Amino acid sequence: MVEWTEQERSIITGIFANLSYEEIGPKALVRCLIVYPWTQRYFSSFGNLYNAEAIRGNPNVAAHGIKVLHGLDRAVKNMDNIKATYAELSVLHSEKLHVDPDNFRVSSAGLQQMHSAHLKADRLVSRRLTFPLFLHQLLADCLTIEIAAKLGTAFTADTQAAFQKFLAVVVSALGRQYH
Amino acid sequence: MTSLNAKDKNAVKAFWAKVPGNEEKIGADALSRMLAVYPQTKTYFSHWKDLSPGSPQVRKHGKTIVCGVGEAVGKIDNLTAGLLNLSELHAFTLRVDPANFKILSHNLLVVLAIAFPTEFTPEAHVALDKFLASLAGALSEKYR
Repeated sequence: MVEWTEQERSIITGIFANLSYEEIGPKALVRCLIVYPWTQRYFSSFGNLYNAEAIRGNPNVAAHGIKVLHGLDRAVKNMDNIKATYAELSVLHSEKLHVDPDNFRVSSAGLQQMHSAHLKADRLVSRRLTFPLFLHQLLADCLTIEIAAKLGTAFTADTQAAFQKFLAVVVSALGRQYH
Repeated sequence: MTSLNAKDKNAVKAFWAKVPGNEEKIGADALSRMLAVYPQTKTYFSHWKDLSPGSPQVRKHGKTIVCGVGEAVGKIDNLTAGLLNLSELHAFTLRVDPANFKILSHNLLVVLAIAFPTEFTPEAHVALDKFLASLAGALSEKYR
């Protein structure tokens, strides 16, 4: 059971309350796809990701980045039960998407809907590749960097500690159903 | 680990040109964040009286580290050879677990993103990330 101090809760809710999801979501995902290009393997249906320009201009990437933050929003609103909040999404990711749980911390309110509408199970099985679990914290690290750049010196060491703790709990919850 | 191409090296040198004069500020901030966000790293500093962000020891050591990285930028064409002595220091005397190099690198990147938000583009980020990983590799050379 994860314990949160009052200070940690206030830091995390504060960050999300003042965040522009439309601005930071796309930036974080774009950064991840450029800095860690192997993450592009999960977005082959998004169209042109051939270079940084294409990634930046890709509307699917932008839309997905925004979804990611809305998904994190769920955890912010349920900080005392993040595991249960993501249980459904975790099963989806492990069974339908075969996504390396160490590689991403993605979640979204509309994720299940969107994926079942757009991705058929047989297509996924045929594309399935086993992937070792060492791609750890990549999207989370990129989100941390974008928030740091946005908040500047207000992103203190204590703020960073609380934020990274929150992201670590989210990743862990999403990875639970894999085992 | 991927080696650095010409584009990476130029990007690193160009970005690092902003650092001189700010070594202590950047280093102390990165070190403080590491100690706060990854408390297990405090084990390497049990001999320090004061581990708080503004402490003289944190500031001095932060500066030492960032100056060291700056020297490595100057030796970017052959990090392994250039960092032989530092590798021996880390391997035999300090014995810092190499996993911690990644942790410090992450915090350095966070500090650079805060200090230079416009210049720390994804392109600069990937070059610096690759460079810091190569640097860590060179420091780990002598471990075993």
